[in-house]
Amino acid sequence: MSERDPSPSKGFEARLAEARAVRDGERGTKDGAAARSGMGVALRIGLEMVSALIVGVGIGWLLDWWLGTGPWLMILFFVLGSAAGMLSVFRTASGLGQGVGYKPGKGKGSERG
Amino acid sequence: MATESQPHGPLEQFIIQPLVDVKLGSVDLSFTNSALTMIMAVGLVIAMLTIGMRRRALVPGRWQSIAELSYEFIANMLRENVGSEGRRFFPVIFSLFMFVLFGNMIGMLPYSFTFTSHLIVTFALALAVFAAVTILGFVRHGMHFFSFFVPPGTPLLMWPLMIPIEIISYLSRPISLAVRLFANMTAGHTLLKVFAGFIAALGVLGVVPFALVIALTGLEVLIAFLQAYIFTILTCIYIHDALHMH
Repeated sequence: MSERDPSPSKGFEARLAEARAVRDGERGTKDGAAARSGMGVALRIGLEMVSALIVGVGIGWLLDWWLGTGPWLMILFFVLGSAAGMLSVFRTASGLGQGVGYKPGKGKGSERG
Repeated sequence: MATESQPHGPLEQFIIQPLVDVKLGSVDLSFTNSALTMIMAVGLVIAMLTIGMRRRALVPGRWQSIAELSYEFIANMLRENVGSEGRRFFPVIFSLFMFVLFGNMIGMLPYSFTFTSHLIVTFALALAVFAAVTILGFVRHGMHFFSFFVPPGTPLLMWPLMIPIEIISYLSRPISLAVRLFANMTAGHTLLKVFAGFIAALGVLGVVPFALVIALTGLEVLIAFLQAYIFTILTCIYIHDALHMH
């Protein structure tokens, strides 16, 4: 809140409404400075790929164990997990944020979906 | 040199030791050093905030400044990442941040124990966040929540492929959240111990690793803070995603 007009001429309600608007409008679009620094991005991207792969293989393995379908579901979910990992890397790198499912940016506040 | 068989290996610091043995049937509920540091973290946070705010001065003193700064820090984080709606979640986010931060910082004291360097602790925290955010999404959007898993503009033909991918991507959130904190803390503390082991082993030349350990300690304090910050900011982003879907 850098621009604050403390002029008493406006009346309290108007100034309160103004301050509230400033505060509510301050919803930034950044991912946080730390999360965006080079090292942070590199670590996050690597981790996201690996964790998506782990989840994919884990789901496949559990389904195989449950349904007794040999290695096939694990192989299938390994591929899907790699795809999910790639997708989240792509999203992080192109600044679409952490969101699962994304929408194209439509101005302020909608970059992350 | 520090090897695993000797009493001070670099991984020795992560061993969980029971302090008070408690057994409920076959369940081991011993009070461990991990539990002790968690209670210490909670106690220190409560003490810092209550003692800091005891005077309630208009011009804050040192302790009151710390309490107010940490409040402002999390309040701003929530406002920037969730929006003004996010203020409802302030208590839980603040508790989460302070707990992780103090856990990391207590771990920086010599001879102490870092509970955030155990995957089960961070994973429990991450799973709680994940479950809460998922429930929040369902409460907010009902069955519409499932449209989360279909990116807008996906052709119908691609749905069978995209939905599993999106679900895997969603389920990988708690894992990456937990592993990030755990790996950073474990790696940092192991590195410190390994370099500290070189000091004694190298004799006079030990000043080189000694200087490095000093620098690394500074870096570790930074990482301890940064990881607590990242853990909470990602929680904020997940809350934002659950509140405002497509």
